[in-house]
Amino acid sequence: MSIILSIKDLRKSYADGFEALKGISLDIKQGEILALLGPNGAGKTTLISTVCGITTPTSGSVMVGGHDIQTEFRAARKMIGLVPQEIALEPFETVWNTVRFSRGLFGYGSDNARIEEILRKLSLWDKRKNSIKELSGGMKRRVLIAKALAHEPRVLFLDEPTAGVDVELRKDMWEIVAELKQAGVTIILTTHYIEEAEAIADRVGVIDKGELLLVQDKGTLMAQMGKKQIEVMLTEPITDIPGSLSAHNLTLNGNGRTLVYTYDTNADRTGITTLLNDVAQAGLVLSDVQTRQSSLEEIFVNLVSGEAV
Amino acid sequence: MNWSAIAAIYRFEMARFFRTLAQSFLSPVLSTSLYFVVFGTAIGSRIQEVEGVSYGAFIVPGLIMLSVVMLAITNASFGIYFPKFLGTIYELLSAPVNFIEIVIGYVGAAATKSLFVGLVILVTANFFVDIRIEHPLAMVAFLILTCLSFSLLGFIIGIWASNFEQISLVPQLVVTPLIFLGGTFYSISMLPPLWQTITLFNPVVYLISGFRWSFYGLADVPITFSLLAILAFTGICLGIVGWIFKTGWRIRS
Repeated sequence: MSIILSIKDLRKSYADGFEALKGISLDIKQGEILALLGPNGAGKTTLISTVCGITTPTSGSVMVGGHDIQTEFRAARKMIGLVPQEIALEPFETVWNTVRFSRGLFGYGSDNARIEEILRKLSLWDKRKNSIKELSGGMKRRVLIAKALAHEPRVLFLDEPTAGVDVELRKDMWEIVAELKQAGVTIILTTHYIEEAEAIADRVGVIDKGELLLVQDKGTLMAQMGKKQIEVMLTEPITDIPGSLSAHNLTLNGNGRTLVYTYDTNADRTGITTLLNDVAQAGLVLSDVQTRQSSLEEIFVNLVSGEAV
Repeated sequence: MNWSAIAAIYRFEMARFFRTLAQSFLSPVLSTSLYFVVFGTAIGSRIQEVEGVSYGAFIVPGLIMLSVVMLAITNASFGIYFPKFLGTIYELLSAPVNFIEIVIGYVGAAATKSLFVGLVILVTANFFVDIRIEHPLAMVAFLILTCLSFSLLGFIIGIWASNFEQISLVPQLVVTPLIFLGGTFYSISMLPPLWQTITLFNPVVYLISGFRWSFYGLADVPITFSLLAILAFTGICLGIVGWIFKTGWRIRS
């Protein structure tokens, strides 16, 4: 698939010397969903703001659909939709007018049928005549999404779209994202919720301190970087791990009834056979054995804290 | 040019005006009536005529200017400051619009609103005093230029301001005194010679003088000076707006 968004060595420093982006390079394929993970202040929003034209980059380039965001800003920005992190809406205006404004602002003629379709999809149709200040927080967030969709973007940025929203809206949001992907829209979302990235993203990027630590296919990332654990349940509790098992670096959990062994799925030998032999040799009787793969969250925490995984 | 965006901004801003139409309409009617009652009656009973024009009629152009200038500044500064305050400016900055289109949308809407109020005051004044307009074209041109130039100034203030207090600072501390001392309620020929000279440094004098000339053919300063002054003021505001556009001052980080 073709590259729709190409970011090259993007840097942003502020007057006080703070470097928010330290040379980010990233290619995003058309129609993919990329989740950007990172702690607060990692540079996720700065990255999005720079691509969208809200922040001026210090150096580097960004091409959207082959258009440079600075020299061909009209063509580039017309392709982009942005759902910001903070709810920012004119409180006294109606839902309908607010959404219609966005369409006009991006150079599209008024198209009532299209706006109706969007409002219905986002369960906002019944609220179209309400002013924004009458809406709940979740509804306001839906309006932000409707505004971004009103101008038919090819690339959609969702900055923490599900922060503080209820389960229903989150589910709706994931459905909308899936539909947009079907329609060929490229989606870049930032999130704190790792399960969100795990559930809907094709690729995952991790940002910390203005640097892109990695970008990888979600499945590959989990397979390559995931630790796997075996939990060996014992029939009788033990107080200490027998010395003969010390080479396996086990930990003892569950009131002395569970031995936890961590191994690397990519290693030539996982060491499972030896472990189980040694456990039997030590005279321990097993009641159950379970394996558990580490989640994206653990991978993420490990990456950001700089630990090898 | 992204005309659709200009129309969208203009329409969105005008919607704010129409939401509070009664307020937008009543407020100038009331304040103008008050000026007539207080100034027209109190002072008018002492000053019957100024250069052959009844005092009530004499102050009409100044009263229109007073409201138009204040409203143009307030409307335009709030128009652009509000998105900054609410955070909705993200959409303007990420839209395929350039700064000129943003300025046309916001300044155009603010100028339209103040023009409307100017006309409302003119009609209201007509109920109190006999008004004649000797140079209607010049009157309309002066009114429109004033609406536009002070809306531009308001836009600059709105961009500059980082809180609501700053927005009202310039209109209250600078513009109001200049208007009151600019010959709204008197002809500068009524002042002592020293004050006449000092007054000539007040740019609003040229504005009100020119506008009054379009009504009654009376002017404190030659009409060409008035015209040059308003054009120069518009030019300065455009220059500042252009500089903001180039540097992204207070808009883009």
